[in-house]
Amino acid sequence: MNAYDYTLWIFVLPFLSFVITGLLKGRIKASLTGLIATSVIGISTVLSYLTAYKYFIVNKSTPYVAVEAMSTTWLRFSQMDVDFGILLDPISVMMLVVITTVSFMVHIYSTGYMKGDPGYSRYFSFLSLFSFSMLGLVISTNLIQMYIFWELVGVSSFLLIGYYYQKPSAVAAAKKAFIVTRFADFGFLVGILILSNYAGTFNFIDLTDPNGILITQPIGASFMGISVLVWALILIFMGGAGKSAMFPFHIWLPDAMEGPTPVSALIHAATMVVAGVYLVARMFPVFSLGAPEALGVVAFIGAFTSLFAAIIATTQRDIKKILAYSTISQIGYMMLALGVSGYGGEQGLGFTASMFHLFTHAFFKALLFLGAGSIIHAVHTNYMDEMGGLRKHMPATHITFLIACLAISGIPPLAGFFSKDEILVAAYQSNMTYFLVEYLVAGLTSFYMFRLYFRVFWNKEPAYKHTPHESPNSMVIPMVILSLGAAFTGFIHFSGFVTSDGAAFDSHIHWNIAIAAIAIAIIGIGVAWKLYASSSDLSSRISKSLGAIYTVAKDKFYIDEVYIFITKKIIFNLVSRPIAWFDRHIVDGTMNLIGNGTVAISYRIRKFQSGNLHQYAFMFGVGVLIATAIYLYFITA
Amino acid sequence: MIEDISLTQILTVSTLMFFIGVYGFLTRKNMISMLISVEIMLNAVNINFVAVNKYLHPQALEGHFFTLFIIAIAAAEAAVAIAIFINLYRSINSIDVDDVTEMKY
Repeated sequence: MNAYDYTLWIFVLPFLSFVITGLLKGRIKASLTGLIATSVIGISTVLSYLTAYKYFIVNKSTPYVAVEAMSTTWLRFSQMDVDFGILLDPISVMMLVVITTVSFMVHIYSTGYMKGDPGYSRYFSFLSLFSFSMLGLVISTNLIQMYIFWELVGVSSFLLIGYYYQKPSAVAAAKKAFIVTRFADFGFLVGILILSNYAGTFNFIDLTDPNGILITQPIGASFMGISVLVWALILIFMGGAGKSAMFPFHIWLPDAMEGPTPVSALIHAATMVVAGVYLVARMFPVFSLGAPEALGVVAFIGAFTSLFAAIIATTQRDIKKILAYSTISQIGYMMLALGVSGYGGEQGLGFTASMFHLFTHAFFKALLFLGAGSIIHAVHTNYMDEMGGLRKHMPATHITFLIACLAISGIPPLAGFFSKDEILVAAYQSNMTYFLVEYLVAGLTSFYMFRLYFRVFWNKEPAYKHTPHESPNSMVIPMVILSLGAAFTGFIHFSGFVTSDGAAFDSHIHWNIAIAAIAIAIIGIGVAWKLYASSSDLSSRISKSLGAIYTVAKDKFYIDEVYIFITKKIIFNLVSRPIAWFDRHIVDGTMNLIGNGTVAISYRIRKFQSGNLHQYAFMFGVGVLIATAIYLYFITA
Repeated sequence: MIEDISLTQILTVSTLMFFIGVYGFLTRKNMISMLISVEIMLNAVNINFVAVNKYLHPQALEGHFFTLFIIAIAAAEAAVAIAIFINLYRSINSIDVDDVTEMKY
């Protein structure tokens, strides 16, 4: 067991880096803080790879079992204890690799991207805080520990979105992200409490044991005709949906693009937003064996969100917003794959596919964001109408971006092809409707990605103020490394490592589905090429002919407006104002009455304090006489 | 001698003394006169203690002890009171109790 003692350092090191860079900010040179943070996350990356090597190859067990590398009791209650520890199992080890790799790349990239920024040290200390929290989240041994780190990633996300705190829009976006996810986390917390109340433990190993109490002994209690276990899992999924920007909590993610672009790559594309998927995967045996209804909800939300976000993505103009909606759509894919999955062996294909897609998506989506950052760095705008013809000016960005676009579109032999194929197969085996939706989304994905690609790198060059130039090496090298990941990670035999029950199985490509998927991806690319590769007004004519549908999609289906309406018009007027009135007039009023009453009465009786000693003495004497009289006549008599 | 005097007579005297003190305390404006009145009241109480001890509990000594205590404390109290009067006189040039009405609302 002690073979994994060092795993503690994987997430403690970034915390130390956060403390050091945060405290020494301004005392040491800014570039040094970047160096500290980057080298620390580099060490964590090496340790994570070592862990993966040891777990999957050296200490290989069939099937893979969860290992508690470390566990101490943190809070001791009479009923159950809250532990703190490190849990290593296939998905947490895989997440360690993903997070440290992407985080390391983003750190290197940031040393170039943020160069000369006044908040350089602050940026790196927040980045370290985020790495620490995210790593802590994935290795949590129990729900409470996970919840703590869950909130910590929320805070670091808040801090990094609001990094440009002079910009009101960034501050508003940070607040929005925090409030929306926090609201969803409320559901998570309630879910944790319900679940642990019935299971009698917080520990994942006990909760997800297929022979455990939660799965073998169905909870009798039900609420509104639905079992309490299903409710608890839906509430937990609500927390996951908030973090993973699933409909209807997706509204914060596009706004979160106000943060620096490397932050979007790390937090809002590759790591934090997949925490919800990770959470469902973590609780998967309970979902699958204990409450299939809850898993149905996961599948529905995932499928709906992926389609919904893909449609919006086709209409946006801001390149980061397109990528944000693309992220939402891809996470919807992962959720759907979990939702349609069964438990154990070949049945668990969806689970493997979801984790596989999470893995490959982290590479190509982080790469897309880093590419977008490189473009924005060069042309100083987010809007793709003001870009074009960049392939001549930025060859390295162009090639890596193209690889990422091909990967996300699912063109073989790039990574996205393999993972997306597995998801489509899993959907096909389970539910035809979901399959068709995802198939359509695959086409939309390649369309909007290549719309972006052709619009930015081909098309007609606008009049740039100064000629765009390629980014410095510190930014290009991480992109090249990630593009290798996006190109080749698909060849990993994923079902040999990460499965729903730990037992490896063989998955192979279903060519009939694969060819159909490639076909629709190529159609999407073709349409995008036709419309956007050269400047023609065809695209605007098509959008005009679509009329209202186009406008509605462009305005993001007015979900933000619905939220504003519900909060401002309904909740504020019907709930908040009466509560505020009650607080001001009843609660405060009672206290004010006591205070003011005392003041008024003492104002009236203050004449007694005349300062005249004779008067006092006389009153004292009279008082003694009265007291004596009362004593003599009433008490002793 | 003292055996000829009854307890009632002694108590009458002490009561008279006490109410003389009370009257003086309430009517005098001069603080030193008021202090004297207080001393008269205290001595009335001392007489009570000693007399009651002597007549009702001849074998006990608590009344005498109490009296001695009261005499000692009254001396200390007189010292403090005189010190206050002197300071008061230095600041307002008067020891008339009606002039000292600062401590009111």
